[in-house]
Amino acid sequence: MSTTESTPNTTEEPWHGGAEGLESFTLRLRRYDPESGKAPYFEEFVVEMEPHRSVLDAILTAKNDEDGSIGIRCSCRAAICGSCGTRINDKPGLACHTHLSDALARSKDGKITVEPMGNMPVIKDLIVDMDAVHWKKQQRVTPWLLPAEPLPEKEHIVPREAMVDVTQSMACIQCGACVSDCLSMEVDPLFIGPAALAKAYRFVGDPRDDKHAQRLDDLANDPHGIYDCTHCFKCIEACPKGVAPMNQIMRLRRIASADHSIEDVNDGSRHEHALVNHVKKWGTLNEAQLVPDSKGGKFHPRTAKEMVASLSVIATALLRRKVTPKSALIHHKNPNQSEIKRIYQEIGAREERLELNLYITQPDEPEAPDDQDASHEAQVKTTGDQSAVNKPVTNREA
Amino acid sequence: MKVAYWPGCVSRGFTPELHGAMAQVAPKLGIELVELNRANCCGAGVIAEHSQELADTLNARTFALAQKEISQGADLMMNICSTCQGAQSECQQRLDASAEYRDEVNKHLTPEGLEYAAGIVNKNFLWVLVEELGLDELTKLVKRPLTDLRVGPFYGCYIVRPTDRIGIDDQNPRDTYLEKVIEALGGTVVDYAGSQKCCGFPVALMNAETSFKQAGRHLGDAKDAQADCLVTPCPLCHLNLDMQQPRVSKTVGRDLQMPVLHLPQMVGLALGMDPKSLGLGRHVVKPTAVIDWSTSVVGALPAAA
Repeated sequence: MSTTESTPNTTEEPWHGGAEGLESFTLRLRRYDPESGKAPYFEEFVVEMEPHRSVLDAILTAKNDEDGSIGIRCSCRAAICGSCGTRINDKPGLACHTHLSDALARSKDGKITVEPMGNMPVIKDLIVDMDAVHWKKQQRVTPWLLPAEPLPEKEHIVPREAMVDVTQSMACIQCGACVSDCLSMEVDPLFIGPAALAKAYRFVGDPRDDKHAQRLDDLANDPHGIYDCTHCFKCIEACPKGVAPMNQIMRLRRIASADHSIEDVNDGSRHEHALVNHVKKWGTLNEAQLVPDSKGGKFHPRTAKEMVASLSVIATALLRRKVTPKSALIHHKNPNQSEIKRIYQEIGAREERLELNLYITQPDEPEAPDDQDASHEAQVKTTGDQSAVNKPVTNREA
Repeated sequence: MKVAYWPGCVSRGFTPELHGAMAQVAPKLGIELVELNRANCCGAGVIAEHSQELADTLNARTFALAQKEISQGADLMMNICSTCQGAQSECQQRLDASAEYRDEVNKHLTPEGLEYAAGIVNKNFLWVLVEELGLDELTKLVKRPLTDLRVGPFYGCYIVRPTDRIGIDDQNPRDTYLEKVIEALGGTVVDYAGSQKCCGFPVALMNAETSFKQAGRHLGDAKDAQADCLVTPCPLCHLNLDMQQPRVSKTVGRDLQMPVLHLPQMVGLALGMDPKSLGLGRHVVKPTAVIDWSTSVVGALPAAA
């Protein structure tokens, strides 16, 4: 195995800048060479660089000046190619897109710790096997357009606004940072994962694609598909490009459930409808009813199976008086429930969904002042003039 | 301090001890709770998954009800659930970002005589403790420091991510507040891997194995780090970490026996309140059965002695 997949311009010395403004940074790199037979270990390198330079620059300097065997994958050095995904001080990101000063500020011990990405096997040092996990999962979602036949003779013309919504998932550079930090994948390696599901939305949201229903049915009925995401926001936090993969997964769920009425094997859509209906009926969640309502009804075999599995939990909860038979049977209704029902009816009657995607439309006003009482009238007035800047999107499939 | 108080659904459902503990602790901290009885479920992210406009409208309704209380003297809105905090913050971010969108949402509130004006201050009890009451003031109120109690913080996802929406920055390092509160109450913070990871609750009914493996990993990590208990500001996390702990133990093949305290319970203990009155006896893993109280909380002398 070669020692590295790095250093695209091997003859080019990393730029050190001028002597002025140089600072000393200690890199703590996780080293691992499976061919050596040794366990992984950490090794420190001290580099003198300007604070605005990137962590990747520092690693390449250490590699160039001290140890040529350091393994790091990189190419563009400009946060475009997605090659240098790593974990810096326990947070995923692009080494080329992280300033040394910022990395040091986030360090707990004054050293910048760099490790390979998580949830993927390590090939060597900071290089992970993207083929084994990331790219395999991308292939899982059929990541290409499946248009209706016959194809148009020339280009496929769609309204501009029909494509705006998928620009967010199209911004993905396939760096794997979201995969690295996915908490579902940490315990369930079969989970399709945030990057691949964001890619799936790229086609489900594309009006040219003709296989939306089939794609969604496939992703919803995979036990490790869209309903295996735990809403942990890790992928949103990890993504250096603002793709917000979890938001794309929620869009897939929304379209699968509402537009295609897909009832999945995970009970995901039933659970969603159960909670939505509880609030419509009572204003709050009725936990005692959530299991039967999410599993298909009181007498459905799925409910029986879940109740049997939960018997010890139910018995202990009753014993501890967390739940009483009365509280389980009678759920308090919101005193203004008719108003909540009216809201449901008004929104349900819309022909098109009203949504606001802040990736596409930026906020149209400064942060609100602390004094809320005084702000009420003033804010409505001031923002009214600017409302055209930030148009909500009405969208059938967004 | 007077707050427009949203207790959430779960604190009045399967974790009634949380609601009870908060009601008892609040007056000792000088917090007056004005409960929002007409408010509705935050949707826990699931209603937003169904319809963004519906989730935003329902939460705008809650905010508008809170703003009525604020106009009559309450200082801010307060919740006691990480999931409510996160789900409501997400809706608030959209509502505050666009006047046009907010106007559309407000049309649904008008018949009830409500209107949401951008910029409500809605804080979890944890944030109120640190940012409104202050850690020094909290320490002054301690009557029975949590001496020798080793506590693992467990935040829940919704109160720490995404950092920009949650308002975590150098000025407000909200992802360190639980540790600060534990220390202010005299306890020892246990550092373990899972403190800001997912408890698994959101998929408990969809993929129990994934869910319970997540909970089991964190409970096991805390046990390995020799924690006496965990503390959480999220009742949904509490359901998976405590109520489901027997199933979690079975899934990961390990006897866990890790008590999980609600944040107001931990504060109440340090303020000298009786563990039973704080509802500790209602937990599936009873803290009173696991923690050696003779060397920890209950046996310790009052601070003034």
